[in-house]
Amino acid sequence: MTVNNSIELEDVNVWFGEGVKRVDAVLDASFAVEQGGSFGLVGESGSGKSTILKAITGLAGNWQGKINIMGKPLGETRTDEFYKSVQMVFQDPYASLHPRHTVDHVLSETLSLHKFDNIDERIVKVLNEVGLGQSFRFRYPHQLSGGQRQRVAIARALILEPSILLLDEPTSALDVSVQAEILNLLTDLREELNLTYLMVSHDLAVVGHMCSNVAVMNLGKIVELLTIEDMRAHKTEHPYTRELFEASL
Amino acid sequence: METLLEVDNLKVTFPTRTGNFEAVRDISFSLGRERLGIVGESGSGKSITGRSILRLIQKPGIVEAKQIALHGENLLDFTERQMRKVRGHRISMVMQDPKFSLNPVMKIGAQIIEGYRLHKNISKAEARIATLEMLEAVLIRDPERVFDAYPHEMSGGMGQRIMIAMMLIPGPEILIADEPTSALDVTVQKEVLEIMDKLVRERGMGLIFISHDLHLVSSFCDRVLIMYGGRIVETCQADRLHEAKHPYTRGLLNSMPILDQPKKYLEVLSRDDTWRDQLSVSGNK
Repeated sequence: MTVNNSIELEDVNVWFGEGVKRVDAVLDASFAVEQGGSFGLVGESGSGKSTILKAITGLAGNWQGKINIMGKPLGETRTDEFYKSVQMVFQDPYASLHPRHTVDHVLSETLSLHKFDNIDERIVKVLNEVGLGQSFRFRYPHQLSGGQRQRVAIARALILEPSILLLDEPTSALDVSVQAEILNLLTDLREELNLTYLMVSHDLAVVGHMCSNVAVMNLGKIVELLTIEDMRAHKTEHPYTRELFEASL
Repeated sequence: METLLEVDNLKVTFPTRTGNFEAVRDISFSLGRERLGIVGESGSGKSITGRSILRLIQKPGIVEAKQIALHGENLLDFTERQMRKVRGHRISMVMQDPKFSLNPVMKIGAQIIEGYRLHKNISKAEARIATLEMLEAVLIRDPERVFDAYPHEMSGGMGQRIMIAMMLIPGPEILIADEPTSALDVTVQKEVLEIMDKLVRERGMGLIFISHDLHLVSSFCDRVLIMYGGRIVETCQADRLHEAKHPYTRGLLNSMPILDQPKKYLEVLSRDDTWRDQLSVSGNK
């Protein structure tokens, strides 16, 4: 294994429940994302794609296998340092922001938890980075549109200056025109800040636009790893991948 | 083609503290035995249009129209009692998420029968047979089991098929489908649409298909109305959607990523204030 990979997974299993109620959500998943790369996970609901992201951040309890982040293996507990370098953007901006916290509150809380200084300056900077500007700083989520909320969610993730962003369907709750704005923003940010993206989406066109490598998941297993060129040329091996492609195109 | 439904100058207003908000502004369209798509972004008024046909807009919302005519009868003149005979029986509606439209504490069979027997004067046993047949028609493999199951035991795709079965069993002439597949996976989505398409065709029904997904609508419908800011900005044949002329429609089409045409940046829709002020295009055939 090379050190240049930001994220490495080797034979990762994730399950929920114990005994007879045990459900295996992810089975022997292995893949690697290089530093500054962008990797997509596609599949239907229940295929385990979001669960992989949750296992990385520690939101899914039981997992086994090896997860290396920036060359360091993940243990039972995650350190502050881990959360400084790995941040997640969730699917639904209507659900992921606290309805009674202002944008300023959301951002400053994150900063003070991680003992950052210059909180004021950092908030000003990150709001400009995500294209919101200062007028949004003291607004509540209900005063923002869906696209603006997702920008706040991205700002919240970016304010810790992470090197890896986990994106869980970041645009599926948004209109296509707003989706275009958010995807363009993510493209810019990856370039400017040299971020690594691990993106989950059910939309092949979105993944095709954002990522260079893709893993196709079905029933908890990664059935195929594809480069984006293969995907465009429809060079797929697995019958499930073909079925998925036919349904979406 | 015969006209089932005619909507003339529909206007829906919601009074707010800062003045009246006009969600739908003077739109007219007609529906024959065809599949009519209504597309637009969130807030364009497409769902409100669907709901106002069934007079489901709650107070303080105000629905005004010259007429919403079902076979020449103006639905706006109907009493609430008469409306209840229209809803489900002559026009029915499938909503977005089956999780929220099915009663969670009632078995599926009982739910379907309840609605069916309100409209048809038949015995429970007959209703049961009809329900099982209907469940089979929406390609549910084991109708007997599903009949006695609760909604939480069903997947999203199954749930939406049950909704379609429930809505079609009284034999309505018009089905309004409000984003019926946006909560479903692509592979399941295709299946559900095929079932809906087949049943609507076989029964010679009119379908109003409300969606935000331009590609889906263009592949599934016969005719498309494009809504923006409460108005119909453009109407076209679905297979000619890619030739659409209005800058809004063009903007929407261009802002979607396409797998075969990689580009670094997606086109961003720049909105023009004059779009809001333009008059509605007529959606009559």
